[in-house]
Amino acid sequence: MSAVGSIIRHRLFWPVVALGVLLLACVLKSNTFLDIAVRDGHLYGGPIDILRRSSVLLLVALGMTLVIATRGIDLSVGAVMAIAGAVALSQIAASDDPGSLAVVLSAIGSAVLVCLLIGVFNGFLVAVVGIQPIIATLVIMTAGRGIAMLITGGQITTVTSAPYKTIATGYWLGLPVAALIAGFFFLATTLITRRTALGVLIESVGINPVASRLAGVRARTIIWTVYILCAFFACIAGFIRSSDIMAADANNAGLFIELDAILAVVIGGTSLAGGKFSLVGTLVGVLVITTLTFSVTILGIPANAVSLFKALVVILVCLLQSPVVRHKMRARRRAVAPAPVEVPA
Amino acid sequence: MTDDTAVTAPDATPIVAMTGISITFPGVKALDGVDFRLFPGEVHALMGENGAGKSTLIKALTGVYSIDSGRIVIDGQDRTFTGPAQAQAAGISTVYQEVNLCDNLSVAENIMLGHEVRRAGAVDWRRTRAAARKHLRTMNLDIDPKSSLSSHSLAVQQLVAISRAMVVDARVLILDEPTSSLDADEVGRLFDVVRALRDRGVAILFVSHFLDQVYAISDRMTVLRNGALVGEYRTAELPRVELVQKMIGRALEVLEQLEEAPKRSVAERADTQPYLQAIGLGRKGSIEPFDLDVYSGEVVGLAGLLGSGRTELARLLYGADHADQGEIRVEGTPTKMRTPRTALSRSIVYSSESRKTEGIVGDLTVRENIVLGLQADRGWLRRISKRKSDEVVNRYVEALGIRPANPEAIAGNLSGGNQQKVLLARWLATAPKLLLLDEPTRGIDVGAKAEIQRLVADLAAQGMAVVFISAELEEVLRLSHRIAVLRDRRLVAQITNSDDVTTDDVVHLIASGGQS
Amino acid sequence: MTTDQLTRPADAPPSLGSRVRRFRIDERYLPVLGTVVVLIAMLAIGGSRYENFLTGRVMANVLINNSFLVVIAVGMTFVILTGGIDLSVGAVVALSGCVAAWMFSHGYGAAVAIPLVILVGTVIGLAVGVMVHVFEIQPFIATLAAMFLARGLCYIVAPESIPITDPTIVSLARTRWGTEDGLVITPSGVIALAVVAIAFVTLHYTRFGRTVYAIGGSEQSAKLMGLPVARTKVLVYVISGTCAGLGGLLFAIFSRSGYALTGVGMELDAIAAVVIGGTLLTGGSGFVLGSVLGVLVLGLIQTIITFQGTLSSWWTKIFIGALLLIFVVLQRLLAIRRR
Repeated sequence: MSAVGSIIRHRLFWPVVALGVLLLACVLKSNTFLDIAVRDGHLYGGPIDILRRSSVLLLVALGMTLVIATRGIDLSVGAVMAIAGAVALSQIAASDDPGSLAVVLSAIGSAVLVCLLIGVFNGFLVAVVGIQPIIATLVIMTAGRGIAMLITGGQITTVTSAPYKTIATGYWLGLPVAALIAGFFFLATTLITRRTALGVLIESVGINPVASRLAGVRARTIIWTVYILCAFFACIAGFIRSSDIMAADANNAGLFIELDAILAVVIGGTSLAGGKFSLVGTLVGVLVITTLTFSVTILGIPANAVSLFKALVVILVCLLQSPVVRHKMRARRRAVAPAPVEVPA
Repeated sequence: MTDDTAVTAPDATPIVAMTGISITFPGVKALDGVDFRLFPGEVHALMGENGAGKSTLIKALTGVYSIDSGRIVIDGQDRTFTGPAQAQAAGISTVYQEVNLCDNLSVAENIMLGHEVRRAGAVDWRRTRAAARKHLRTMNLDIDPKSSLSSHSLAVQQLVAISRAMVVDARVLILDEPTSSLDADEVGRLFDVVRALRDRGVAILFVSHFLDQVYAISDRMTVLRNGALVGEYRTAELPRVELVQKMIGRALEVLEQLEEAPKRSVAERADTQPYLQAIGLGRKGSIEPFDLDVYSGEVVGLAGLLGSGRTELARLLYGADHADQGEIRVEGTPTKMRTPRTALSRSIVYSSESRKTEGIVGDLTVRENIVLGLQADRGWLRRISKRKSDEVVNRYVEALGIRPANPEAIAGNLSGGNQQKVLLARWLATAPKLLLLDEPTRGIDVGAKAEIQRLVADLAAQGMAVVFISAELEEVLRLSHRIAVLRDRRLVAQITNSDDVTTDDVVHLIASGGQS
Repeated sequence: MTTDQLTRPADAPPSLGSRVRRFRIDERYLPVLGTVVVLIAMLAIGGSRYENFLTGRVMANVLINNSFLVVIAVGMTFVILTGGIDLSVGAVVALSGCVAAWMFSHGYGAAVAIPLVILVGTVIGLAVGVMVHVFEIQPFIATLAAMFLARGLCYIVAPESIPITDPTIVSLARTRWGTEDGLVITPSGVIALAVVAIAFVTLHYTRFGRTVYAIGGSEQSAKLMGLPVARTKVLVYVISGTCAGLGGLLFAIFSRSGYALTGVGMELDAIAAVVIGGTLLTGGSGFVLGSVLGVLVLGLIQTIITFQGTLSSWWTKIFIGALLLIFVVLQRLLAIRRR
């Protein structure tokens, strides 16, 4: 087993290759793509742009990774983003002083509260009532945008509020605030799951829920928690998205983001069947998807073909990661390969 | 390696002749040059300990596994099947231990699926059901083909599975542990059917752990050990003791010595108050209300057939299921066992009989599996330090002889016996006062079994209370201070164990339901 | 319903070891009965509150306006019965609509265009089936990829909305058969009903159909029973794709245009209809007629909100969500009770 072989077999090998190829293609097309410039004390350039644009997806995918690790799935994240924007912006719009920091903070506070409640609701359906996650979260996915419309009265609520605008477009220490927020939560989640026992307990619940319960793991509480966390991250993502356009668009905010997030998680090597998860893998998956979307404009691919391009890359990565192809490739590398059959008990 | 007592063919040519079959799994030689013959009109028992290669041989025959080398000749023709469907088409049907039918469908469909009577391309349900009824009759089974499969008992489902096997006019019928969930009457009915089929010329391959049943039904037997052939014998010419020796591969004296060693301690019970007391505890549809006391330093054995309520009783004590009546007192204090966590907080632990589905967390390492119980108890915030976990893991890996002795090995890849030890380590690490062990020795090799038995005896001697469940009465008898007998989901008798109590006594109690 | 098991016969012989409960509705039908109850309740509410609600015209429109959804939900039922899911149907509807519009605008006749349009769905379904079966990619991901693929192709085929002026399509869109008082049916409605009938017969009177149920019950058992699991699994995605292709054609007839953004979220409507129709997402239990009822329930919600007039359109989503919630919770309670 050579070092090269073990690198190729690493589950993140193909996603990283895909990311590299995309970046390389962009550099070949536009030589200055990877250059980072400093203007007014802020960093600018391709990589910074990708980081900033990744922030929304990274936040959503972060929560999604934890949910998927427990054998779940959360389809409601897009709707939660819409609700977060709707609650926050409606409240700011209704206040006398939209520019005041206190107003913005209280608006954010109430939106977070609403989103946490949705997380509690999803978690309740999955962990307590025992409904399949895909269908339990479909309820909010369907009704959520209706609720967001209800909050905004069917309008696209727009506001002018400098503090709120900072969330998406501001800079701090030369870096985009949005990327910093996403980066902060990424690091915090990584630390919390790996420095405490939360990560291994989540995996244990995802791998074998029955055994975990019998081992005394609070499986129900853990499952409940990950849905609440997922709704919370989606809420933050909703702030960034609505701050970006300074409008709460109940119909389109976070539309289909659940699918991108799930893809990012899967590309990152976390199985939809639950169990072992990798937040770094998810980060790679998010970067692949964002770079993919971003590179389309650089490469001059017509905007119409973005979806097609994405589909082809996704299919390719999924095929390369599929057990069948991996096994075949391994078999070719070694002359005689034993079939991966389960040894009978 | 073949014994000299091998028999010659009863008559004619074999319908199945497998020669030199070898199968290798990663790191394991599952079958090593095994020969096997099956003749029409015989019941042939395939014998061996767990891991001897019985199910691998069956799966090689039915095309579930592909063979690395060797020949399979069916009815004079070289064949290699790529799946059960092909094997069935060649007249080889299999009935597995766990009923492999679809319980969302009706009985008729389960029997006829894939062989429905059709008219103009469409399934003719009336005639399909009539055909199903006919097949059920040959099993002496008078049930409504329209009824849903899930509305029937396991025994009936097992017979339905055999009916299905016969629809294809099977010339070879493989019965893999068909009796493990049947009671004596049901086994009798099954054997009537098997004999009738044999008399019609069907070749029957029978796998069972119950020696009595093997001797009652089989004409010949093939013994495997560690993936290799030991020999082929006529049942009538092979005494039981010899069979067991051939299966285990050790001289009887060694075996007896090994089995003798762990025995209940004779210490008198000191406490006047039981550690755990169940009063009128019960759960509808699961187990009738029962009273049971368990004292510290005492092993209480639960004896009864599979499905008699042994597991259900233990699960109620652990809070894995909710009791709907009665109460539990721990050290005299009434305690509501809402969840396993309540039990854990009272130092009560339960090791399930289903290691794979309810015990081991397969993709986690041995280390993570061992500290899981401790960690769950401490909560997620206070992670067990590497040093502490090293200390605990190393202690138990060594004390219990877990192999491989590598804490970072993935637990799912360990053998059954070692997985059981990992589970025991998980629980012992939490320093329990009451240990509920459900079939801890099932499906593991003799050596590991003796080690676990010894451990149980030692733990009790050190003052732990143990509830010990096993299908093997000898084992229960040897280890227990008291024996609770269960039958049909009722606790029917409790006896104090002594050297005078024999397995026959317990069997009699089970059979009579405690009324003698 | 099937000749099978509506109720257990009263004269069933007393049987050994079986626990047959008599004179009880088979629990398999309880979810569908729930759908029927909801449907009747909605009709009653609508009928009592609004004039002209319980008329042939309104009822006919519910079916006609949703005929494409009926066809898609039928395909989805096959997939869900095996325990899978198909997220690609909405995009396939858009793609086949775009292909139809493109072909008509390039002068192809209906005789060529219509089969090809349906074939588009079949091919995508086949691709999904191969991904799921051969490459063992989870249905969720495989159909998600197919969804992106189909959407992408839409923009290539028809970057902008293309009107359809083909005489055959126009006449199909205008034809109405029926009585004076509005109880009418359109060709699309007839096609939808025909698809339902074919699906019903396929599911209940063919080996393939019963294999679909068997796989949903236990894929492992179905394999060991020697059933053609591989072929069946590929085929259900082919069926779902084909239904989506046909649904796209019906939608093109309905809207008389092809547009890349049609059918966004339609897969969720289809899944909701199937679930509200009493099919379990775990597979193995449910009926195609239930899915039709599910579509009708969704259609009636729309109709009631239109009749109400004062309710904003977003209430539709909230109602569907609430209904979904009630149904999954009820199904769950049933499942718990059964154990």
